[in-house]
Amino acid sequence: MNLAVDVTHRFGSFLLEASFVSEGRLTAFFGRSGSGKTSLVNIIAGIVRPDRGRIVLEDTVLVDTERRIFVPKYRRRVGYVFQEGRLFPHLTVRQNLLFGRWFTAKRERQIGLDQVLDLLGIAHLLDRRPGALSGGEKQRVAIGRALLTSPRLLLLDEPLASLDDTRKEEILPFIERLRDEAEVPIVYVSHSISEVTRLATTVVVILDGRIAAVGPPTDVLGREGLLDAHDAGEAGTLIEAVVAEHDHYFGLTTLRSPAGVLQAPRLDLPIGTPVRVRIRARDVMIATARPDGLSALNLLSGRVTALDGSGEGSIAVGLDCGGVRLTARLTRKSVDTLRLAPGREVYAVIKSVALDRESLGRAPAGVMAAADRRLPSTEGGTAGARETGR
Amino acid sequence: MNDLLDLSPDEWTAVRLSLRVATVAMLASLPVGIAVAYLLARGRFPGKAILSGIVFLPLILPPVVTGYLLLLSFGRRGPIGAFLDQHFGIVFSFRWTGAALACAVMAFPLLVRSIRLSIEAVDRRLEEAAGTLGANPLWVFLFITLPLILPGIIAGMILCFAKAMGEFGATITFVSNIPGETQTLPTAIYTLTQIPGGEAGAMRLTLIAIVISMAAVIVSELLARRVDQRMWNE
Repeated sequence: MNLAVDVTHRFGSFLLEASFVSEGRLTAFFGRSGSGKTSLVNIIAGIVRPDRGRIVLEDTVLVDTERRIFVPKYRRRVGYVFQEGRLFPHLTVRQNLLFGRWFTAKRERQIGLDQVLDLLGIAHLLDRRPGALSGGEKQRVAIGRALLTSPRLLLLDEPLASLDDTRKEEILPFIERLRDEAEVPIVYVSHSISEVTRLATTVVVILDGRIAAVGPPTDVLGREGLLDAHDAGEAGTLIEAVVAEHDHYFGLTTLRSPAGVLQAPRLDLPIGTPVRVRIRARDVMIATARPDGLSALNLLSGRVTALDGSGEGSIAVGLDCGGVRLTARLTRKSVDTLRLAPGREVYAVIKSVALDRESLGRAPAGVMAAADRRLPSTEGGTAGARETGR
Repeated sequence: MNDLLDLSPDEWTAVRLSLRVATVAMLASLPVGIAVAYLLARGRFPGKAILSGIVFLPLILPPVVTGYLLLLSFGRRGPIGAFLDQHFGIVFSFRWTGAALACAVMAFPLLVRSIRLSIEAVDRRLEEAAGTLGANPLWVFLFITLPLILPGIIAGMILCFAKAMGEFGATITFVSNIPGETQTLPTAIYTLTQIPGGEAGAMRLTLIAIVISMAAVIVSELLARRVDQRMWNE
């Protein structure tokens, strides 16, 4: 997919100025509530007409204010899954699902009802009305309804925001399947770093109506400074790994990554599955010598690359473990006591239980190869992250 | 007791005429009512306040004044009445159609108000959702807006019907009180109370008026409940 957006729009006193290009299969709009993510999605969907700008999806110009082009929302073929579902209360699930199909020309229909029912597991709900569905069921029906219009782009606006953790776990795998199996590019809006970790192939960070960064998640989510603004405790780095082995006795799964071997709580994924592990900076300890008699199972050897003391009372220590960047957040005192400095050889210690389901996700198929290529030089290159004006 | 149910032919005629006038008034004003309600609820245009004022005027004006204005404009010599008579052969004055017109005009504010309120209560985000699914504004209105405001439309229709059944002042001023042509239930009751020995007939018609009104209210309740159930349950 190729989605190019360059728009300016004023909502009252809020100014949205967004410009980016994404070629990702799942582009995540990441940022805290009120940063303008939903407004941007509404502009892409055609619900809001921007004051100025241009939006191009593949070869189709959807908006070009200079050339006075504005494709109305009902001709854009952009599927939109809203935060609150917005199912039609007077129609059954079946009628809701098939609503958009009416307006899709036969030759453009690419996905059938059976396929959608199967993908989302909602066949048993067909004759119910939305009033009788749970939150998770509603969102799955909403996704199915958008898919059945055979959209050229699927917009998911915080589809999990109104759900509890159990329901989220119920839907996330469907979105992963959608990303990997359906041929529809996705824009996924979220303020949850764990969702973005699991799902994104490209991350667009939005801050106060502006694009703060664009790039692959391994680059963008690893940037301490960028994420601190959102949720300091969740900041960390992203490592791509492969499921190597399951240990049924201890309930552990071994992951192989360029940084070394990691052990995580048991994952229900076949061996060989590419996964992503987000390692929070606050979960990483540093030892200057190989520790002995330690409960933590994960020990990665690496080298200190940078010290960033801009955080209050703590220091972000940048590490290079076999070409993979890792960040450890330590107190100033620890950094002084250990006399850490760039170039120093150290061990990074990570508790296995810190690698919980929240921070683990299936990597999008085909991304591993790209990730490997990128490893030697994380910055630079066309796939690298670009920092835009902040 | 038998006396109470034993209607004279003239009384029957008045009842039938009233039902016909009210039904025609309700059905004929419905499409216009929906359009005007939609304009008032959603439209942004200069003169919206004036349109709203004109629509609601019959509610505030003395009915006799409305009737007289109808007579002036839709009477045979009135500008609209003459035009319709010459070009289409439609005559309102002193015909049952005129009674229906008077009832429709008088009941119009109630119809519009009920539908307008329900349009304003529609969650516009549902209409947006329908738009992103490929439905153009007309389909959105037919498949989303219209079904969602159905309870309001039903309530408006019943109000309109009830008002039309009881309309007196404008009707009698515009089309007079001609038995078999323009004598509706209320005007028939009025006539009966004016003649000696008419009390029994007036009573019979009063009872019928009560029964019809009750039936209208009950039917509207049942319809509204069915719509509600269809939408929110199961």
